[in-house]
Amino acid sequence: MANFNLKINGKTHPVDVEDDTPLLWVLRDHLGLVGTKFSCGIAQCGACTVHLNGNSTFSCVTPVSSVGNAEVTTIEGLSADGDHPVQKAWAEVDVAQCGYCQAGQIMNAAAFLNENSNPTMDEIDNAMNRNICRCGTYHKIREAVALAAKTK
Amino acid sequence: MTTLTKASRRDFLKIASTTAGGLFIGFNWFSCDSPKVEVLSTEEILSQAKSFNSYLSISPTGDVVIYSPNPELGQNIKTSFPMVVAEELEADWEKVRVVQATLDPAKYDRQLTGGSGAMPHSWERLRKAGATAKFVLVAAAAKTWNVPAEEITVEKGIISHKGSGKKGHFGEFVAEASTMTAPEEVTLKDKKDFKIIGTPVKNVDSKEMYTGQPMYGLDFYREGMLHAMIQRAPFGMKIKSVDDSAARGVSGVKDVITFGTSVAVVGTSTWPLLKAKKLIRVEYEPEGDVESSADHDRIFKELLATGKAEIKRENGDVDAAFKNAAQVVSAEYQCPFLSHSPMEPENFFAHVQGDKVELIGPTQTPDRARQETATLLGIPPENVTVEITRLGGGFGRRLRADYVIEAVEVSRAMNAPVKVTWSREDELTGGAYRPAVRYRFEAALDATGNMVGYKLRGVGMNAGNCTRENNFPAGAVENVLIESIEHKSTITTNAWRAPITNFLAYAEQSFMDEVALAAKKDPVQFRLELLQKTKTSPVGGDLGYDVDRMIGVVKTAAEKSNWGKNPDVKQGFSVYFSHRSYVAQVADITMEGGSPVLKKVTAVTDCGMVVNPTGANHQVRGGIVDGMGHAMYGNLTFENGVPKQKNFDSYRLIRMKEVPEVDVHYVDSGFDPTGLGEPALPPTGGAIANAIFAATGRRLRSQPFIEQKEFSDIKLEIRRG
Repeated sequence: MANFNLKINGKTHPVDVEDDTPLLWVLRDHLGLVGTKFSCGIAQCGACTVHLNGNSTFSCVTPVSSVGNAEVTTIEGLSADGDHPVQKAWAEVDVAQCGYCQAGQIMNAAAFLNENSNPTMDEIDNAMNRNICRCGTYHKIREAVALAAKTK
Repeated sequence: MTTLTKASRRDFLKIASTTAGGLFIGFNWFSCDSPKVEVLSTEEILSQAKSFNSYLSISPTGDVVIYSPNPELGQNIKTSFPMVVAEELEADWEKVRVVQATLDPAKYDRQLTGGSGAMPHSWERLRKAGATAKFVLVAAAAKTWNVPAEEITVEKGIISHKGSGKKGHFGEFVAEASTMTAPEEVTLKDKKDFKIIGTPVKNVDSKEMYTGQPMYGLDFYREGMLHAMIQRAPFGMKIKSVDDSAARGVSGVKDVITFGTSVAVVGTSTWPLLKAKKLIRVEYEPEGDVESSADHDRIFKELLATGKAEIKRENGDVDAAFKNAAQVVSAEYQCPFLSHSPMEPENFFAHVQGDKVELIGPTQTPDRARQETATLLGIPPENVTVEITRLGGGFGRRLRADYVIEAVEVSRAMNAPVKVTWSREDELTGGAYRPAVRYRFEAALDATGNMVGYKLRGVGMNAGNCTRENNFPAGAVENVLIESIEHKSTITTNAWRAPITNFLAYAEQSFMDEVALAAKKDPVQFRLELLQKTKTSPVGGDLGYDVDRMIGVVKTAAEKSNWGKNPDVKQGFSVYFSHRSYVAQVADITMEGGSPVLKKVTAVTDCGMVVNPTGANHQVRGGIVDGMGHAMYGNLTFENGVPKQKNFDSYRLIRMKEVPEVDVHYVDSGFDPTGLGEPALPPTGGAIANAIFAATGRRLRSQPFIEQKEFSDIKLEIRRG
């Protein structure tokens, strides 16, 4: 076991875990931040997406020991009251079916739009291709990312 | 039409104070009602509310709480059900809170999610629940104001009497209403007066989902709870010996226990268990047939050729029809095993305490979870409570209670509250798949291209009846023989979204295209001729479908897709009736650099009245994307009882870039609403395969499409147009 001071959503969280523990499980099991989802565990589906210094990161394959001083942002910390432009666009477009993958989708979209504030539809498709939605809400995701880009 | 109906006894319990405490005890993690944005929490509203019936409580503040009994897995029932209640109540939707009901067979019938059956089953009882509550509130207002009830109007939660100018919200009459008895008969609204039904009401859980609030079973946590992960045996095998020494050495592992053919590692958090599970050394030995995909190929061949079949439908004289045919068309079609792959892996919380059990988690069939738990432990079902969390997808996987029973087993063994979590590898290898099937179709045509004989012989792996003998083209052909054979495999199977029809429709609608081609007829015209024949002179007895409604979607789909009008676009047609709804689809393919690219699917649906257009569009588009993805890529193959594909790196699911335009239309047939969770999926594979044939001349008789030899030399793609 080892001690880590993780900077998550603007606060420092001390945790005492094995250093190979993926950030996903530190968030979920040790800090109660369960908005970040477990689904494949091998960086294939994107349900576990968080931001590390603003970049989309698969937290399921990110060992806690590699996080260091990076700023971690999870869906719980993306905005104070669910009012990030991407979250608002998601609500407006009414994207979700089961909703399980949507936190990861939102985090990926938010990081993407931070890099590229005026994307083409092809750029949206490319960026969002790393997240799987088993319900098939892809049309709505595409629409919501485009709306968020417009309203940002 | 205004309907006069009798309220069922079960739905109309005596109006009483709600028991909010009991309801929310398990939901300490579910504090999703932020006090910052809402004046009162749902708990606070319920603490003062009166219960009008199983679905509805209203507080003196005028806030309305509507219970949604059926599990929500993305089909949007938690929004649609309350819309129906609120409509008849004439509630202000802004004042409605929705609460997922716990399992309560005394209050609710059919508290499950499956078969696209929730809406047709509950449509009338939901309407009655709202209408009777409105009736009592109006009666209470009439008594309070001393005016005739018939002169009172209700709109958006406000009760008014024009003559006296009196006005008040629902809450003001709750106390008086609670002294009254609900009527046995109640008048329902005329559909043309609906204000909420038919409008795009937003998902009631949006905010919680988009801010990452705990709401799924996997998010559930209770102080002192243990975690467990399980190593399951290959299909057809049992445990010979277990060496758990290395697993026990992992920090965070508390115990390793064996039950049945499973070995569970138990600990205080998930990650150590994921590591420890890989270190368990289990030696297995056969206890039944240990099957590989090569065995399945042989079994299909043998059973199709000589297997003893169950005759499902027989009309006319099939032998004579084929003997005298001018032309016979025959083909075999096959679909592989598939996993359900809900994004939230299977999980459940169980706490066994003596002869009582608390269950919390994602299930499509909470009552099955309760019954199987009761049977396992030999206790009365009443001793088992089930709280239903939001489900991160289901697709039929969570109709089974196997993963619930695992949690009960481990909780009993550990004498502690336990949550069992499956990894993705567990989900792909742990069974209960969509069955694999192979079909042989034969059609006899006369000299003018009329189909005078039709034979379907199907073999399914644990598929039960792998045909739908009363579906189209039954009724349209004089001489019909439909036979089903089941191979009892050790590989476990289960309902998978649109059971049986999810592959049967692809095979049948592709074969129909082959027959139309042989008959030298346009595929749409060919189907319409058959349907017309069914209408004027139906063959045989039972027909599962309404011919007019099927004709309606076929014609509308041809029109909306510009069928056959653009020579640069190659089209494929498909139509299927399943789960009480009718869906016709046209797939559009254009050739780019010698490769077929699927650009668009047009879908026309008759599901009766559309309750929520947003939800309906979701189900149609989602069903098509699901059907498309699995037809293109989905494949689970076996070696010695173990699937070769163990995660999403080898088991391919459809992604954003592979999703074409989906153009959605509805036929308003005036019928009451039917379910839409499944019916849009079955036609998709056939529409695509037929379009691929139209574009390339290559007929795809097996799924997944991209793995077929027809595409070894050219690329097959789906892309947005």
